Amino acid sequence: MLANFMAWIEQRLPLMDAMNKHAAQYPAPKNFNFWYVFGILASVVLVNQIVTGIWLTMSYEPSGEGAFASVEYIMRDVDYGWLLRYMHSTGASAFFIVVYMHMFRGMMYGSYQKPRELLWIFGMFIFLVLMAEAFMGYLLPWGNMSYWGAQVIISLFGAIPVIGEDLTIWIKGDYVISGATLNRFFALHVIALPLVLVILVFLHILALHEVGSNNPEGTDIKKKKGSVKPEELSKFTFHKQYSEKYDIVDAIPFHPYYTVKDLVAVVLFLIVFCWVLFFAPEGGGYFIEAPNFEPANNLKTPEHIVPVWYFGPFFTILRVIPDKLLGMITMFAAIGVLFALPWFDRGIVKSLRFRSKAHFINLTQFAICFIILGVLGTMPGTELTNFIGRVATLGYFGFFVAIWFYSKNEKTKPVPERVSG
Amino acid sequence: MKKFILAIFAFVPMLAIAASGGAALDKAGNDLTDKESLQRGFKSYVNYCLGCHQLQYQRYNRTFADLGISEEDGKANYMFTGEKVGDHITNTMPAKEAAKWFGSAPPDLTLIARLKPGPDYIYTYLRSFYVDENRPFGVNNTVFKDVGMPHVLQNLQGVRTMDEHGNLSEATGGSMSAEEYDTFSRDLANFLEYTGEPNKLEREAMGYKVIGFLIIFFIISYFLKKEYWRDVH
Repeated sequence: MLANFMAWIEQRLPLMDAMNKHAAQYPAPKNFNFWYVFGILASVVLVNQIVTGIWLTMSYEPSGEGAFASVEYIMRDVDYGWLLRYMHSTGASAFFIVVYMHMFRGMMYGSYQKPRELLWIFGMFIFLVLMAEAFMGYLLPWGNMSYWGAQVIISLFGAIPVIGEDLTIWIKGDYVISGATLNRFFALHVIALPLVLVILVFLHILALHEVGSNNPEGTDIKKKKGSVKPEELSKFTFHKQYSEKYDIVDAIPFHPYYTVKDLVAVVLFLIVFCWVLFFAPEGGGYFIEAPNFEPANNLKTPEHIVPVWYFGPFFTILRVIPDKLLGMITMFAAIGVLFALPWFDRGIVKSLRFRSKAHFINLTQFAICFIILGVLGTMPGTELTNFIGRVATLGYFGFFVAIWFYSKNEKTKPVPERVSG
Repeated sequence: MKKFILAIFAFVPMLAIAASGGAALDKAGNDLTDKESLQRGFKSYVNYCLGCHQLQYQRYNRTFADLGISEEDGKANYMFTGEKVGDHITNTMPAKEAAKWFGSAPPDLTLIARLKPGPDYIYTYLRSFYVDENRPFGVNNTVFKDVGMPHVLQNLQGVRTMDEHGNLSEATGGSMSAEEYDTFSRDLANFLEYTGEPNKLEREAMGYKVIGFLIIFFIISYFLKKEYWRDVH
């Protein structure tokens, strides 16, 4: 009975086929390490944000008069409203933590290199949309930091010559940030951007499954058809889409092997996530900033206006450049160079493990600079922080310049034919 | 390189300074599970603070339920202007007029413990008024410089002056001893920590259960993974 029904469905929509292709018979390298869990974790957080977001929308009131009070209504009068709200606010910060880790994994193991350039670009678009999504979401509680944070970021566009001033008014829908701004940010935050985000994630995964997953050694698990002795082939069955074209070695089906492994990671992640959620939902004042506990007030500026921590690195780059327009260009360039990373890196060897000492040092200094920029972005600006920030900005861009030069004729170690781990 | 490392280390203490900011606060030592303290704080609040400072996001009946006050008791002893028990805790001070009287309207205090650095701030603030003839109401405050409100609790605490070293001392006694006034301030701080997040205790209680569950789930998922991966190794 059930089998007949499933067959009936299958003839009309290849559901089982798609499941096999993308999970039960998808060949994943058997040597994924700790760094490979952050993609799954990002998906978990995405689902969390969408589901809690839907429920928050049921009680939230997107208006200049009612927004702040409606958030407190959710926190007090809605059953488990506080839980939904903290899941959403903690999820926002968690999203950036896992996405930054996920991106750094890609940089370490060369997962952006040929043939995964488009996969990387989809990922970067996800990052870009995520930043827009987070920025607009942060205005919605209509707290004073929401208000002034948005004020600072939107005023950036005013630095663009000729059209700048008109552009900021067009973005705000008013001469100041007002209920009109709040309403359009709400529309973009709950409908437009999540829709784009989900489509991009879908494309990201499709592109991944087309080119196949990279691994910590950067070796290829898909060999030329007929080049591998039968006894060395992976003993598992893979979808014909993969196995008809290639000889597959050192691979295991994504499901059940990586689903059960990722489950362990998801539970560990949830323990940390829930610890923050239940015992420190303000994240030490970094996830929910103290000035956001008073309503937006255009006459009262918070003592230090700094955006939420996850914009820190880019905010610092903006702030340490003395000229406003140049600062904005540099900030967007900091994201732009990431998009172009597959072309800055002219190397053939993917993984850090087999690349030169120079690359190791370069990537390490990049990571340190990125963290320093992030920390500085949460602090009030002084002469000293500006100086350190400028050095770190040089380090950030220096990574891309340096890799372009040394990657062409890099002294690399031989990459093993087969996965060793 | 050495200079670079030095610069990073130079910047760690700066972080600490930036994070602390302002004068040191006294520890309130309040306890959200102490319902008697919360009830006293609530009573003091409606008697001394509510005239100017609303709790517009907090409802009477919710407060009664959380603080263990019966509705009859609540109506008789905590509600004075004919509100309904389901109403928010508000006053009738017109904000525009109040802004004229005080320079700015007295802020709502529902979330004050989360806006300022917690109950310690409130506890310290209430005990830090001193005579300053240059201020419109004749008082200033060591943790809130040039505060806009008068010291409405002066009858209770007494008058305090500041010497040239910045230390406060009592000039005239009030109707309470110093210990009684500390308790009074602690109760108010406790109550305002409660109104800042009425679900705090429920949140933490749920947190232990959720994390307990997750730890058990972690053990199970770990062995599940191990069992499956025997095929691979």
